[in-house]
Amino acid sequence: MSGAPIVVSGLNHFFGTGEARKQAIFDINVTVKRGSLTILMGPSGSGKTTLLTLIGALRDIQDGSVYLLDRELNGATEGELVALRRRLGFIFQAHNLHESLTATQNVRMGLEVHGKGNASLQRAASHHMLDLLGLADRRDYLPGNLSGGQKQRVAVARALVANPQIVLADEPTAALDKESGHTVVEMLKTLGQVRGTTTVMVTHDPRILELADRIIKLEDGSVVSDESN
Amino acid sequence: MNWLLTQLFGRLPIGWLQLSHNKGRLFAAVSGVAFANLLVFMQLGIMGALNGSTVAPYAIIDTDIILSSQEGNTLTDSEHIARVWMLQALGVAGVADVSPLYIGNLPFTLDDGTSVSLLVFGVNTTQPGFVSPAIAPLLSKLTLENTTLLDEGTRGMPTSVIDGLKAGAPFAFEASGQTLTAVGTMNVGGGFLADGMMMVSDQTFLQFFGSRSSAAPDHIMVRVADGVSPETVAARLSDVLPALTVRVQTNEAAQAADLSFMSSERPTGIIFGFGVFMGILVGLVIVYQVLSTDVADHLREYATFKAMGYGQPFFLGIIFEEAIVLAVFGFIPGLIASMGLYAGLVAVTGLPVTMDASRAILVFLGTLTACTISGAIATRRLANADPADLF
Ligand SMILES: Nc1ncnc2c1ncn2[C@@H]1O[C@H](COP(=O)(O)OP(=O)(O)OP(=O)(O)O)[C@@H](O)[C@H]1O
Ligand SMILES: [Mg+2]
Repeated sequence: MSGAPIVVSGLNHFFGTGEARKQAIFDINVTVKRGSLTILMGPSGSGKTTLLTLIGALRDIQDGSVYLLDRELNGATEGELVALRRRLGFIFQAHNLHESLTATQNVRMGLEVHGKGNASLQRAASHHMLDLLGLADRRDYLPGNLSGGQKQRVAVARALVANPQIVLADEPTAALDKESGHTVVEMLKTLGQVRGTTTVMVTHDPRILELADRIIKLEDGSVVSDESN
Repeated sequence: MNWLLTQLFGRLPIGWLQLSHNKGRLFAAVSGVAFANLLVFMQLGIMGALNGSTVAPYAIIDTDIILSSQEGNTLTDSEHIARVWMLQALGVAGVADVSPLYIGNLPFTLDDGTSVSLLVFGVNTTQPGFVSPAIAPLLSKLTLENTTLLDEGTRGMPTSVIDGLKAGAPFAFEASGQTLTAVGTMNVGGGFLADGMMMVSDQTFLQFFGSRSSAAPDHIMVRVADGVSPETVAARLSDVLPALTVRVQTNEAAQAADLSFMSSERPTGIIFGFGVFMGILVGLVIVYQVLSTDVADHLREYATFKAMGYGQPFFLGIIFEEAIVLAVFGFIPGLIASMGLYAGLVAVTGLPVTMDASRAILVFLGTLTACTISGAIATRRLANADPADLF
């Protein structure tokens, strides 16, 4: 890999059309280093989530450019975007687990998308990931029988099991208790150091700020401060 | 089941897991498919019986070509044809023999008060080649005046009578103020046309149906010479006989024409066709409802899968997996219930309603197709699963 995993330049984004057209992102230029943990902060409505979905290839780029893992997202085909997303790990605020799949099966979905490894290898990898997140005794539970924090940890396991190159997380610790929230962020931090996994996370949690390599503050869709530790 | 499907699809059987997770919905869907199957099977069963009884009378005669009046509709719903055409036909190259066939409906009341209506076939007893080989040896018995061969499957006829006849005990009964004596049996079965059938000599026929004359039978049966195709001879006959009054059909063509008349020009045929259509529609709607509700209930999860990099084929696979599961699980109880109802119908009505493998396979394939179509329509809702809305 030649450049940085995420290179955003001259990015603008608008919602709505005609009279209702409103700009949510204003000329953002950000380059994120490989293996770093970057935190996005800012008041509600400042565009954090919008920026994250643009970086994550979940939203079409309207103006400007986003290079994700050396691929330009602006103008990419749906097929290219789908392929790129497989190299990312998403952690949403809501767990979005499949109610009819067990914890292990939900995590396996993060592996099956790559079509690699047989079922037993995938199961072993999923178990390992769940174990790391303290869910060893909950492997075969359906989401309905897990607590909110446990579900969120399953979702984290699902996002990380396939060893993504970039992790995008939107307030992942909101549903977690202090301790497991810390565990998750420590884990992302370690992954960054060991495997070079790059993480961009939206959070307001002050305890996490200490762990960040870089903190970007947004206001009204623009970057107002950008500090590296 | 999970293991089997995992092997089959090479992935987690999400469609199946999802369906079986919501037991109530699965039950409703399977019942719906089973019910739709039942509807279709019943309609097809009755339609099959209708078709069966339409062509059943052909089994007791044996002919290559049938000449009939253009005014008639089917073999048993016919008009008279002038006997002179019989002689004319004999002169046509390739015609080996000809024989008249008289058909009438004879209602009568049995001693126990049961009223029975029989289709009576009057044949020339000196030409056994024109009746089915099973009946031919019995034909000589009919040369005696007022004797008859009785249908074993006649509705309302006591089994003791049939058993007696088989054992050689004649059975005499009154009809149209005259006495008829059954001297043997044949096996045709009732059906929709009449309670049963019976065969008599042309002499006996004309005696019972006083208004009929030997100059005008219902049909003229034509046997072609060895080595000549009935089609060729039929074409020659058509050239010779007046097309406006005489219809020339090979045996096969006549049966096909009767079937198409009964299924397309008779209200019964149309009603049953409509019933099949309704059954399919019911199944389609139920499966669509279940699958599209399922998609709607799991939009966030599907959106998550999209975000994770699953493409359209994956989602189509899930929906079709569900469609196949519903088709298979609905078909089995539908088939079993239908066979039960068929047996009930046979017991109550004596109609020849039977389940044959080809029908079962046809309905199963139809069920699969209908479920797949429903699934395909339901997948359109997947477009609403937008991963950008997840954060
Ligand atoms: N789908 C949408 N349609 C229209 N406007 C939108 C949409 N999503 C976001 N916006 C608008 O864009 C702006 C930025 O929203 P965004 O969700 O990115 O903010 P945020 O920083 O994530 O806020 P929060 O902290 O509340 O999550 C807001 O003014 C919001 O109203
Ligand atoms: Mg947000």
